[in-house]
Amino acid sequence: MTQMLYARDAYGQALIELGGKNKEIVALDADLAGSTRTAGFGKKFPRRFFDFGVAEQNMMGVAGGLASCGKIPFVSTFAIFGSGRAWDQVRNTICYNKFNVKIVVTHAGITVGPDGSSHQAIGDIALMRAIANMTIIVPCDAPETKEAILACAEYQGPVYVRLGRPKVSTLAKKDKFKIGRARILREGKDISIIACGIMVKQALDAAEALEKEGLSARVVNMHTIRPLDKKAILECARLTKRIVTCEEHLLSGGLGSAVASVLAENIPTPMAMIGIRDRFGQSGSPEDLIKEYHLSTDDILRACRRLF
Amino acid sequence: MPPVKELEKKAKRIRRLIIKMLEKAGSGHPGGSLSSTDILTCLYFAVMRHKPENPRWPQRDRFQMSKGHCCPLGYAVLTEAGYFPEKELWTLRNLGSILQGHPDWRTPGVDVASGSLGQGLSVAIGMVLAGRLDKLPYRVYCLLGDGEIQEGQIWEAAMAAAHYRCDNLCAVLDYNGYQIDGRVKDIMNVEPLTDKWRSFGWHTINIDGHNIAQILAAFDEARTVKDKPTIIIAKTIKGKGVSFMENVVDFHGRAPTQEEAKKALEELK
Repeated sequence: MTQMLYARDAYGQALIELGGKNKEIVALDADLAGSTRTAGFGKKFPRRFFDFGVAEQNMMGVAGGLASCGKIPFVSTFAIFGSGRAWDQVRNTICYNKFNVKIVVTHAGITVGPDGSSHQAIGDIALMRAIANMTIIVPCDAPETKEAILACAEYQGPVYVRLGRPKVSTLAKKDKFKIGRARILREGKDISIIACGIMVKQALDAAEALEKEGLSARVVNMHTIRPLDKKAILECARLTKRIVTCEEHLLSGGLGSAVASVLAENIPTPMAMIGIRDRFGQSGSPEDLIKEYHLSTDDILRACRRLF
Repeated sequence: MPPVKELEKKAKRIRRLIIKMLEKAGSGHPGGSLSSTDILTCLYFAVMRHKPENPRWPQRDRFQMSKGHCCPLGYAVLTEAGYFPEKELWTLRNLGSILQGHPDWRTPGVDVASGSLGQGLSVAIGMVLAGRLDKLPYRVYCLLGDGEIQEGQIWEAAMAAAHYRCDNLCAVLDYNGYQIDGRVKDIMNVEPLTDKWRSFGWHTINIDGHNIAQILAAFDEARTVKDKPTIIIAKTIKGKGVSFMENVVDFHGRAPTQEEAKKALEELK
């Protein structure tokens, strides 16, 4: 039985750890400190924690001002607000200046569940990919979240880290986390499944099922959407000649389209993409929504089979 | 402190640079640049502590031009102060220039890019909070436009600045009464301005934004205010100093032609 943990708990803990090591680290939230888990940092370092109430645009601007004076702001809210509501501020005040601001959002994707469409960020990766200078990380589980947070504190420049709401299974990983370097979680020779976030677990489950059908699937955890690990993608194309991408995000502008661009320009490869197809979300349990929006292990299996 | 007469002379020189720069560039925003000239001249040559030879001096007072389209004024002031050679002014808006159409990091003396309106006051709050953490006693100044404050983010920031008791923050509102589409009161009325800022928890000072003595006195008063931010509401004339540009909305965002520039420079002698 794998361990089920909240990625956002790992974020909160990593943030406190960083706060103890580096006094330049400050945390900002917009009335969601309990949910995003910045509250722990606020309790430990009250002078370095700022809540801006329900005003995300101002929060992003303040983060820019703090960064202009050498601070390292970790800014948190839900993904829907951090990416969409304050997009212009993220673009013009943070990314254009290449400020050292870390936007760590939670409650991303369809698995927010019952809150429904208004709270389900399913286009946020596309929004962030539309801004130059932005590094985009989608960790697959809690330990990787901690590694990602520690890594982005070391990195100089803006970063968007996308976390979900529900608990996620902890996955076995051997190598050390590095921004921009994909993690191969399973070797295989017939097909590659490239996934990010919660979809990595589904990809591993699909690979296991495929093995029973006599197909060997390679599973790649593409935790960094930008800079994208092109080498790893092209290696998949060469080794397995077939690629399926999986993301809890719209197909427009997400991981799948990023991978497809790399392949189309270098080694055109038969592909299938798992993701949300031009729809809004809706209320429901995460499990039901995963099925309704065709993001399940069965959907991945079907997509893989189609390529043979 | 330089006497009022000196500052008036300086402001005139800066207005001349604005006209020449815009005429050369062929596009840009003279109206608001000219209406804020006296305010910025006072800030850079009598009020702020800064070191043109060391633009990143940590103790420097900060200035954020939230109404970024008035950067021709900012560039003229910065070159007059010695941040970069005057010849750079003649490259405004050209490919590869350190002087972009709206302010950014290419220009020595510009800390944070602006241009998308409504964002600078938030940036200024960030600078205040950083200074507080670092125990640096610098002050932060922010120039706002009267059209600009129609942006919702301004009021988010207004609330936050009062909440965090940013008493080393002094905003200046260039109240020239015009925006691109016409008169502010016709397009989207922002009055009652003083009441609005007061009710958001700010100390307000109302002045004539072209009276150097009043501008200097307002900045002095702002320095004495405790526990709340200050906004100087400066009544100004759009296009101030050039008769045919004054209160002419067309010159919000249109550069003078060669002939107009010649006439303007005659008036600014």
